[in-house]
Parts: sequence; structure tokens; C-alpha cells
Amino acid sequence: MSTTEPARTPGAVPLLELRGVTKRFPGVVANDGIDLKVMPGQIVTLLGENGAGKSTLMKIVYGLYRPDAGSVLLDGYDAGIASPSDAIAKGIGMIHQHFMLVPTLTVAENVALGMGGRRGLADMRPVRRRLAEVSERYGLSVDPDALVWQLSVGERQRAEILKALYRDARLLVLDEPTAVLTPPEVDDLFVTLRQMRADGVGMIFISHKLGEVLEISDEITVLRDGRVSGHTRPSETSREALAEMMVGRPVSLTREIPEVSPGSPVLTVEGLTVPGDRGTVAVDDLSLTVRAGEIVGIAGVSGNGQRELADAVFGLRGATSGAVVVDGRPLLGLGPRQVRDHGVAYIPEERMKDGAIGEFTVAENLMLVDHARPPFSRRGFLDFGAIDAHSRELVASYRVKTPGIHTETRHLSGGNIQKVVIAREFSADAEVLLVAQPTRGVDIGAAEYIHARLLEQRSAGAAILLISEDLDEVMALSDRIVVVLEGRVMGEVARGEATAQEIGLMMAGETRDAA
Amino acid sequence: MDDLFSTSIIVATLAAGIRFAAPFLLAALGETLGQRSGVLNLGVEGVMLIGAFTAYYATLQTGQIGTGIAAALAAGLVMGGLYAFITLVMQAEQGISGIGIYLFGLGFTDLLFQKLVGTPLPIQGLPSAPIPFLSDIPILGEVFFNHTVLVYVAFLLVPVVWFVINKTTFGLNIRAVGETPEAADTLGISVNRTRLVTILISNALAALAGAAIALEAGIFQQNITAGQGFIAVALVYFGAWKAVGVMSGALLFGVVSAVVLQLKTVGIVTGAASSLLAMAPALLTIVVLVTVSRRARAPSALSQPFSRAA
Repeated sequence: MSTTEPARTPGAVPLLELRGVTKRFPGVVANDGIDLKVMPGQIVTLLGENGAGKSTLMKIVYGLYRPDAGSVLLDGYDAGIASPSDAIAKGIGMIHQHFMLVPTLTVAENVALGMGGRRGLADMRPVRRRLAEVSERYGLSVDPDALVWQLSVGERQRAEILKALYRDARLLVLDEPTAVLTPPEVDDLFVTLRQMRADGVGMIFISHKLGEVLEISDEITVLRDGRVSGHTRPSETSREALAEMMVGRPVSLTREIPEVSPGSPVLTVEGLTVPGDRGTVAVDDLSLTVRAGEIVGIAGVSGNGQRELADAVFGLRGATSGAVVVDGRPLLGLGPRQVRDHGVAYIPEERMKDGAIGEFTVAENLMLVDHARPPFSRRGFLDFGAIDAHSRELVASYRVKTPGIHTETRHLSGGNIQKVVIAREFSADAEVLLVAQPTRGVDIGAAEYIHARLLEQRSAGAAILLISEDLDEVMALSDRIVVVLEGRVMGEVARGEATAQEIGLMMAGETRDAA
Repeated sequence: MDDLFSTSIIVATLAAGIRFAAPFLLAALGETLGQRSGVLNLGVEGVMLIGAFTAYYATLQTGQIGTGIAAALAAGLVMGGLYAFITLVMQAEQGISGIGIYLFGLGFTDLLFQKLVGTPLPIQGLPSAPIPFLSDIPILGEVFFNHTVLVYVAFLLVPVVWFVINKTTFGLNIRAVGETPEAADTLGISVNRTRLVTILISNALAALAGAAIALEAGIFQQNITAGQGFIAVALVYFGAWKAVGVMSGALLFGVVSAVVLQLKTVGIVTGAASSLLAMAPALLTIVVLVTVSRRARAPSALSQPFSRAA
């Protein structure tokens, strides 16, 4: 029996209402008494750091989890969403952060998936027809017969949205939809979202990009540690106020860039061509230089050769032609060990895969690079005294929050694991720092700290190549920005020379003059 | 030498090749369905042995070949249920579980044979069912249209499996579940229910493949399948997870086996050389796996148990 009374006032019935929703996992309360309301034709933003409980809450709305307490109301009635198919049947759509598309199927097939068909046959003709109508109405152009793996990230997202609209979604949950988009693509997405809002679709927009949140939201609910820590509207708040609600203390969003006059070129990449995983050309005749005391940022949509560039410079991947020179010494053909010996340190983008070993302790991860050398090792035996002393020093100076230096690294939060990696790499006194996605998945507080340490390295004269998909990060830190597309340099701009929009257009393939 | 290359011998060898291909094909088509849904079953060989013994024993007891085939299918479904429990409910590692199923089938059928039968008693084998008119065509009729029912079934299943995978909503579900089970899950497709169905079908077909071997031979003996189930798994890779590709592989192996047998029968190779020659299918498997199948891409979720991430 439901005890909830539907509201009586016409037009005032929320599409979705969460009342006191609580979800516990062993050892954590992921959601603690959360209230949230979405009216038809309203965009409500859910803002919060990683681990604040946004994803759990949305999985409850989508029927992937059941709440331990509280109720989920749709149109004022207890929704009782038992499964994703139940949620779909009730008009709830979800755009997952990691696209839920089958890459080997076509767009139409992905849309039709799970919808049944006449007499069990998968006939794509009616699907294509309706898909064309929906695409046109919302300006979502995608070729229905294209295989998903052939699509760009933006197209994949449109396919995802189409999938939900095709199922007549009245409530759409968008989990960090802008994380993978260039600024112009974000603008296109917002056009679609506004059209959907005009059609009465209610939306929950999840993001941690404060500028976008202020631009698109009608209401903003902030989560921290599983609780609602604030509720506001764009007109009543600011980026700083939102950040403070997320983190629980004042945070600085602007980065103080100390004055450093760059020295001579340290890292030179000349005509570098690197093959990709599928035999394609990932990096195509790319040249750049990084001087001492300078941060050069690589801006580009993910998958445009950034990873291959970093791998090739660090000796993890062979190059077909070109040269990588550090301090006049060629690096190509050397392995990672030798590249390190030439004064290069590397913060890889996948910290848990390439940066640290989760099952190793913090102390072990901190000494990994030099584990076979004095002082950590003498005549093949590890010197645990030296290792522990070194670890304690780094944990203290990099403010790594860990129960102890002998804790397994995987138990740490993303931000603290990243601090372990950064502590190890920055303490190597390298001339060149190769830094990929340093703050991805890291909370605002840790990101602020990591950025400060990066700028400190810059002041100390390191040549830093920063690869990031977060354009705000690249623009905030870089002295020069090199825009890449399909492994080629599209253009280069100095700090403050171009807006995010202009750089975004270059990332999408327009030359600077056209932009 | 003239004997070997006479028309009648070539025809007989080709016909035998098609006959030998049938068990490979049945088992490999089933495995294809399973793998397209993300389930690897290395236990095909064990299920084939169980199917072979069940078909043999039921036929021996009842005198009805039809009962033998039905019993084999039922045994296959039971094995499918067991494998589904191990891999879907218990989420055990599929590769190792399959090896367990193989060892179980190998030992269990031998035990049952010793206890229930003891001395080998022959049964009436599956008779040829020449197709009217078509079997009268010279040469072609003998090669293609004068076989047992199970041979026809195996080859008719090729278009059926192709159609199911590519043209039905169930096939769409299979492909989605084998590539991106998380996506299928969010669309309300039950990953494990889809896999349960493909596991049941693939085990039933493996058992049928075993039945085809036993009923062809008219006898059961320990390890009668002699590794054909493993070759069937390899054929799925050879055929790039496509029904027609799998059929080409099955035909290739069937014909190679027939030629080897022919060479032995005619006496061109004898003694140790004939034992070496008997390794040809195994060598071919390895050659194929390191050449052809490297180009094809396996279903992304192959052998990965599915559960909703916490």
C-alpha cells in the first residue's frame, strides 16, 4: 500500500519526486535521505563530486538498484521501478556516462534493441522511419545504418539520446553528457535539450562543469557524501558558491599562474608519426617543442592521438618516423627505463592501469621506479628502512590521505592514488614531465592541489607536456596550447589568445581563420 | 595410384568428407551461438561424449534410433542446465569450467559404459536417407544427397543459425549480450536469460553431434569423439563466429579426415606414417588458429560473466 497522496493542483505534479531516498552498501551510506523534484519541462542539475552519490541515486531512478528507504514517485504516484525495462516502460530514459551502445551493431539496431519486433523478426525499416522523424524534430542527425564503432563521440551521444526519445522518454537522466564533448558539441547538445524541455521532457542533468550547470539548469541540487548539501537556482548562485557546496569548504577555481620566463627548448618532437592500435595512423607528422619552465597543453577530443603521442615519447610504443629529442639526445627507440634515465617522468592517463599497482602498498608504489637502485635496494635486497622513510616523507609532503604507507593503494580514493603517482614522478627531479589527464575523476579539492604542484614544477624549470581532455584545465594551466585532430596539429595558441569556443572549433577541425 | 584417383574413389572420399563434417558442424554451430552471446564452452567434447553414449545406450535398449537421438538431446539439455548453473548462477571462470565438463564427460561415459554395457554390443547404425531424384544425379547425388538425416540437419542448420543471428530480435539480443552486456541490460534485455537459451541450444547441438558419431559408427567406445569437440570450438574461431565460415571449416576438416582415412585404407601410407598422418586435423587446427583466426575479432564479452556493477 502506498501512503503517498498525489498532489491535487494541476500542472504542479512533479514528473519525478524522490522523498527521503536512502541506499546503503556494506560500510557506506551512498544516499542518505535524499529529496529531489523534477517538473515536466524542467532541467534539474545534480551536482557533486565523485562518490557523492549521484550515480547511485540515478541507478535507483532507473531501476538498477532498489532504495533501502524512502520513495520514488512518478506523476505523484509510487513508481515502484523494479528494473530498467520497467523504467523504460514508465517513460524514463538514461544517457549513461559510458555509452550503452553495442559497437558492432548499427544505430537502428541499437535503437531497436530490447523493443521486440513483429513475430520475432528484426525488421529495421519501421525503426528507420520513426528514427528519421525523431532525429529531425530534435536536430539529432545520425546515419541509422552506420555501425556505432564508426561514429564520432558526439554522434554516439546523439544515438544514445535518440534511443531514449524513440522510447518516448518523458524523463531523461543525462549522466555527465558533456564530459566527452567539445564546446561546440556542447552547444549543439544544449539546443537539443532546450527543444526537449519545450516539449515537456523533464531532465536530470549530471555534471561537475560549473559553467555549463549555470547555463542549462532550472534548478540545482548539490550532493555531498550522500546527502543534499544545497539547493539553488542559477540566478541565485555562482561558480564559487556551487564549488563550496560540493566540497564543503571554500575552493579557489582560478589558478594563480606565477611569472616564469621560459628557458631553452628541452623536449622537441619533430615530424612524429605513430601507428595506432588498429593499424591506422594515430599521430601524423606532429611537431612541437616544450621549453624549460613552460606548460604546453595538448587540446583535443579524446582519441585523436594523445595517448599514442605520450606512449611514443615515453618509449611504450614504436614510431614509424620522426624524432623525439630531450636536451639534444634522441629518445626514439629507447625503452621506458632509458627514457626515464634521460630525465622524463610520466603521469599516465590510466592511473590504476599504468600509473600504480592497486594491490601494492603505498610505499611500494612510491618506490617502484627506483626499486632496483640504491637507496631502496642494495645488492638485490630491498632496504625497507629506506623505502619506508622515503614513503613517509612523500606521503606527508604530498598530503596523501591514507591510513598508512603499508595500505594497499587500491583502497585509496582516486584523488589520493593520483597524488601517490604524482609524488613518485615529481620527486624524480625530471626535466620533462609528461602529464596525461592529471585530474580526471579527481575531486575539486585534490585537483586544486595537483594543479598547484604542477605549477610549482613549472616554476622549478620543468618542461611540462600536459595532455587533457578537460579543456578548462588545459586553458587554465598552459602557456601554449597545441590543438590536435586525428594526430595532426590543427594550430597553436598562446595563453589568453583564444576562447574556449575558438579552441573547440579547432578541435572539431575548423582552422583558426574560419573560426 | 590409379585406384586413388578414380572417379568412384574421389566421390566416395568427398561423400565421406561431408559425412565427417556433420558432427563438427553441429557442435560448432551450437558453440557459435553460445560464443556470440558471450559464453565460451570448452566442454563441447565432454557433452559430445555424453550425447554419443546416451544415443548409443538408448538405441541399444529400445532398438529405436529416434529414441536414441531424443535421449541425446535431452542429455544435452541437462548438461546445458548444469553449465548454465556453473557459469551464470555461480559465475565460475568459463574456460576452466569447460575443461571440467570435458573431463566429467570423458570419465562419466566410460564409467557408464563399463557398468551398463561392458562388452561392446553393436547397434544398428543410422541408415542413409537418399533424397528422391536428387540422389540420382550422377556424382553430385552420391556426394551430396545420399546421407543420414543428421547430416542433412547439420547443413540445414547453417542458414537457420545465420537467420536467427542476423534477422531475428533474439539474434539481436544475442549479439548485444555478447558484445556489450551492460548496454543490453539497460535496455531491459536479460543478459543471463539470453545466455541460458544459447547455452541450452549449444549443449543440445553438441550432444546431437556426439549422437551422430555414435550412430554413424553403430557402437560406443571410450573417447569415441577423439577430440572432435575441441576442433569444433576451434572451428568457431576459424569461421569468425559466422555460420557460413564455420561450415567451410567443418567441410575442410571433414574432407581432410576423409582423405587421411582413404590414404590409410588404400595403403599408400602405412605404420608410423599413417599415425603421423592422423595428426593432420590437429596440425591444421593449429595452423588455422595462428593464421586465419587472428584477423577476426571475437565478441567483446566472450567468457566474461555478467553482473551489475555495484
